[in-house]
Amino acid sequence: MEALSLLQWSFDGLLGLSLLWLAWQALVCTDLFKAVVLFIAFGLLMALTWVRLAAPDIALAEAAIGAGLTGALLLSALARSRVIQANGESLLNVPLAARKLQFRWLVAIILLIVAAGLGYAVLGLPPEAAGLSTEVAANLTLSGVGNPVTAVLLNFRAYDTLLEMAVLLLALLAVWSLGGLPQREAVTDPVLDSLVRLLIPVLILVSAYLLWVGADAPGGAFQAGSVLSAAGVLLLLAGWRLPLRLAQRPLRFALVAGTGTFIAIAVLTLISTGRLLEYPPAQAGTLILILEAVATISIGVTLAALFQGASPVHKEKQ
Amino acid sequence: MMVSDYLAVVVLILGAIFFLAGTLGLLRFPDVYTRLHALTKADNVGLGLIVIGLGITSESLVVAGKLLLIWLLVLLAGASVSYLIARAALHKGIRLWKR
Repeated sequence: MEALSLLQWSFDGLLGLSLLWLAWQALVCTDLFKAVVLFIAFGLLMALTWVRLAAPDIALAEAAIGAGLTGALLLSALARSRVIQANGESLLNVPLAARKLQFRWLVAIILLIVAAGLGYAVLGLPPEAAGLSTEVAANLTLSGVGNPVTAVLLNFRAYDTLLEMAVLLLALLAVWSLGGLPQREAVTDPVLDSLVRLLIPVLILVSAYLLWVGADAPGGAFQAGSVLSAAGVLLLLAGWRLPLRLAQRPLRFALVAGTGTFIAIAVLTLISTGRLLEYPPAQAGTLILILEAVATISIGVTLAALFQGASPVHKEKQ
Repeated sequence: MMVSDYLAVVVLILGAIFFLAGTLGLLRFPDVYTRLHALTKADNVGLGLIVIGLGITSESLVVAGKLLLIWLLVLLAGASVSYLIARAALHKGIRLWKR
């Protein structure tokens, strides 16, 4: 037993040190491609850290969104900024300003103040506190689901999730309104093509599984949505484009469906129970399942659209 | 400990050796193609051995089946991705290493 706990301590220590080292390397690295790869590695180790902290829900989200999708977004942004640079305009002169000494000192002082504040807050916490977990456990039967994390996200604090959906939609609107860049020609390749053909059904299945299992075990709409968007990213990488007849209204409908359903249910609950997003306990399970299913599709489509960048319709006009 | 536990330990250590060798190759080999060669050994054989080791000690067939599925997916993705990396490197004009 003693040897096992020593092993765990050294593993956790190594994990923590690697996280700090990777974060530092990703920040100071001047080669942006290397920095992005380090960031992805950081995300994967962060997911492992959440597993060690017994938070599998966050680990899933971190692996799928933090490492996977953000990594893909950063890589595609990098590839596009290189296209701009090749055209004679430079976007990436920011490091020059950051290297000025007084600027560094300013950043260091601000970060020290933030770190001191955070440290003070953490040290001020009571050493053993259950937080709100006892209250969640006591009300879990009323929530309609068996997984406390899903109960908090989709029932007790559903308002937060509603706002998160809206933020995602706003992000895409902002990207679309920027107009976007000309797409690079996608490489067609028989191996990539057959890999995509094999993986897409698997990804859709995993996404549906994560959505369904989220009611009682780690999983849920955001994890399922990001797996679904991974399928979209793969399709885009393999050169597939949304047919124009789907790129107009059907695409926009899929994008706003999640937020729209959320708002509709919020209004309905406001009318019937008098409180925003307070479901009647008998129907709570069904309502959460509907919400999560629609949200999964919207999240998946939104994230994949973010990866593509410009609005598909806009591109056609050019 | 039962016989199967000892067997699992042996297979797991063997898998770890493959991962160690793959990592050494990734760090020490001279060019991208030879590094990919080293890496795929760790991913394919090393992970396969670890999956076998964990499968022996897993409590149910369902868990063992899930582990096997993970290995198959990694095989598929690893083989395709290393091909894509090698092809991109070749297109970029990175030459093969010669002694």
